[in-house]
Amino acid sequence: MTVAARKKLQLFVRIASIAACLAVPSLASHSLSAQDCLTCHGDSNMTDSAGHSIAVDGQKFASSIHGSLQCINCHTDIKAYPHPDNIAPVDCKTCHADQADQLKGSVHADGKDHPCTSCHGVAHYIFPKTDARSAVYPLNVPKTCGQCHSNNGMAGKHGLPSVYPNYIDSIHGFALSKEGLLVAANCQSCHGSHHILSRKDPQSPTYKSNVPKTCGACHAKIDADYEQGIHGKAIAKGDLNAPVCTDCHTAHAILQPTEAAFRMQSTPICGNCHKEKFSTYRDTFHSQLGSLGGYVETARCWDCHQAHDVRPASDPSSPINQANLVITCGRCHSGANLSFVQYQPHANAHDRKLSPGLFYVRLFMNLLLASVLTFFMIHTILWLIRSRYQQVKSSPRRAGNGTGKPANGGTNAAKGDNNA
Amino acid sequence: MPELAPANRIPEPATTGRYFVRFTRAQRWMHAVLFSTFLGLAATGLPMRFSESFWARKFASGVGGFGAILFFHKFCAIALTVAFLIHVKDIFQRGLVNREKGIFWGPTSMVANWKDAKDLFGHMRWFLGLGPKPKFERYAYWEKFDYWAVFWGMIVIGFSGYAMWFAPFFAHFLPGWALNAVLIIHSEEGLLAILFIFAIHFVNTHLRPDSFPMDMVIFTGVESEEEFQHKRPLEYQRMAAEGKLSPRLGQAPPIWLLNFSRVVGYAAIFIGLLLLVLTLSAYFS
Repeated sequence: MTVAARKKLQLFVRIASIAACLAVPSLASHSLSAQDCLTCHGDSNMTDSAGHSIAVDGQKFASSIHGSLQCINCHTDIKAYPHPDNIAPVDCKTCHADQADQLKGSVHADGKDHPCTSCHGVAHYIFPKTDARSAVYPLNVPKTCGQCHSNNGMAGKHGLPSVYPNYIDSIHGFALSKEGLLVAANCQSCHGSHHILSRKDPQSPTYKSNVPKTCGACHAKIDADYEQGIHGKAIAKGDLNAPVCTDCHTAHAILQPTEAAFRMQSTPICGNCHKEKFSTYRDTFHSQLGSLGGYVETARCWDCHQAHDVRPASDPSSPINQANLVITCGRCHSGANLSFVQYQPHANAHDRKLSPGLFYVRLFMNLLLASVLTFFMIHTILWLIRSRYQQVKSSPRRAGNGTGKPANGGTNAAKGDNNA
Repeated sequence: MPELAPANRIPEPATTGRYFVRFTRAQRWMHAVLFSTFLGLAATGLPMRFSESFWARKFASGVGGFGAILFFHKFCAIALTVAFLIHVKDIFQRGLVNREKGIFWGPTSMVANWKDAKDLFGHMRWFLGLGPKPKFERYAYWEKFDYWAVFWGMIVIGFSGYAMWFAPFFAHFLPGWALNAVLIIHSEEGLLAILFIFAIHFVNTHLRPDSFPMDMVIFTGVESEEEFQHKRPLEYQRMAAEGKLSPRLGQAPPIWLLNFSRVVGYAAIFIGLLLLVLTLSAYFS
C-alpha cells in the first residue's frame, strides 16, 4: 500500500470512528452525562481508596481532543450511579483500532503500563499532536520518549539504551529544543510512532539498509549523493558492511559536521574499516595537525574523498581522480599545481616498493639519528664517569693536608700547571 | 701522569682574580637567540611530532590550539633564520672581506682539523684510563661538533620547514614525493636536534663535573684564569707565548649578570629536560 493510500485509509477510519463515537451519546442520552460525573469527580481533591487522584478538570477535558465525548463512552462498564468501586481500564482500541493493531506488532507491544497514555499523556487531557499541550507535539516528543529512554534508571532497568541525552545535545535536539524547529527530526521522525520496530527488523525504518531512505526523507539531496557513491551502491547490493548515515554521524548524538568536535571524532570512524589508509594518514602532516585540535581545517577523509558521493580514484568524477587533484587539493592549498598534487596523502615510508624515495630518506634519517645519539651517549657517559672519578680522587687532598694519600705526580703537575 | 690536568672546579685558594674574555657580546646574544628560539621551536614542534600523546593535546588546547602552536613555531623559525643568516654573513664578512685570520683554518677556526681527530681518540683513551687527557685548543672537538650539528641542522630543518610552509611554491622545483619526504626529514632531524641538545650538549657543556651546574661563560662572556687554564691549556699557553693574554683580560662578571644568567640558564635547562622527558615518554609509548 502506498503512503498516500494508507494516509487516506487512516483518515477514513478516523472519521468513521469519531462518527461512531459521536453517535453513542445520543443513544445513551438518558444515562449519565459528563456533567453528572463531574458533580463528584470535578472536586480536585477527590481520591480513590488507595489515595490516587480520581479528579477530572472538566474545563481542560472539554478542550481536549475527546472533549465532545461523554465519560461513559470510554468508561463503558459504568451504566448508572452509583457505579462499582473497581472499574475496568479504558480500552482505546474500541475507537483507535488501527493504532492498536500497529502497536501490537511493535517493540512496545508488551508494555506493562497503559500502552496509550504512556506516550499520549494523562487520559483526560489528550490533545491533537499539532497542539503544543500534547505530549506528542513535535517539541514534546523527545521528553515523552525520554521518560523511559533516558539515564533515569528506567532505561537501565529494561536494558534500554539511554538515548535521550545523546539526542538532546545533537544537532536535531538542539534545533528542536533551542530553536523550536517543528521540522527538526524528533524520535518518531525516524522510528515511527505506533509501529516502532527493532533496528534488527528488516521492516524497520532504522534497519541498516533502510537508514539512508529514512534520513533521506528530509535530507533528500544527501541521500541522492550517497546512493551514487560506493557506500550507497554497496548497501543497495545488500552488502551490510558498508556504512550508512548513522555509522559516521551516529544515530542520536549527531553533530554539525563542520563543527570542530565532529571533525575531531570522525576520521577514526572511517579508520574502523579503512585501517591501512587510516594508519598511513596518521603519519602525515594533515593528521598531526588535525589531531591537536583548534585547527579543524586540516584535511580529513571526506575533504578529499567527499562525504556522501564517495567514488574510487579510477572514477573520472571522483575528486581524487588524477585529473581532478589540482582542484581538490587547491581547495585548501591555493597555488596547487601538477607537481604539488603528486604528494601522497597516504604515503608509507616503510614500503620500499610503493615509495622508494621516501623509504630511503626515512632509513637515512633513522640511521643518522641512531648513530649520532648512540655514539654521543656512550661518549658522554664515559666522560661523566671519568670526570667524576678524577674529581673525587683529587678533592680530599685539596680540602685538607695530610688526610688523603701522599701527593703523587698528578697533583704536583696540576699545581704546577695552575701556578704557571 | 704529568700531563694530567686536575678535574676540579673548586677554586684554588690562591686565585689570580683575573678574568679572560671567551665570547664577545654578539656571540652571547647569538647563543641567547639560538637557545630561546630553539626552545620555542622544540616546545611547539614536539606536540606536532607526537600529536597523539597525552600531553600534546593538553598543551595544544592550553595555548589556543594548533593554530597558536604553528604561529609560534613559524615566528621562532623566522627569528632563528634571521640569526643564522646574520651569522653566515658575519663569517664571510670576517673571513673573506676583512681577511681576518683563523676563521676558516687554524686553532681558532670552527673547521675540524687533524688535531680534533687525535683529541677525540685521546679523550676516549683517557675515559678508559688508557692515556693522558688531551690538551684542548680554543674549540674542542665536541664543541665543533655542536657547532656543525646546529649548522647542518639549521639548513636541513630550515629548508624542509620552509618547503612545508610554502609547499605549492616549492612544488615548482621539487618532485611530488619530496613533499612527503620533507616532513620525515624535518621531524627526524628536529628530533635529533632536540635529543642531542637536551641530552648531549647540556651534559657535555653544562652538567659535567667540570662545569656543573652550568658553564656561565656563554652568558657572562668571561671565565676565570684558572678555568681557562684548566679547560683549554693549549689555548692559554699559545696566548701566553704570543703575548696576547693581556688584550683578552676582562672584567669580573657583575653579580646581577651572574644571577640573571643563572635564572635564564636554569630555566632553559629545566624546559629542555622537561621536553626531553616528554619526548622520550612519547617515543617509547
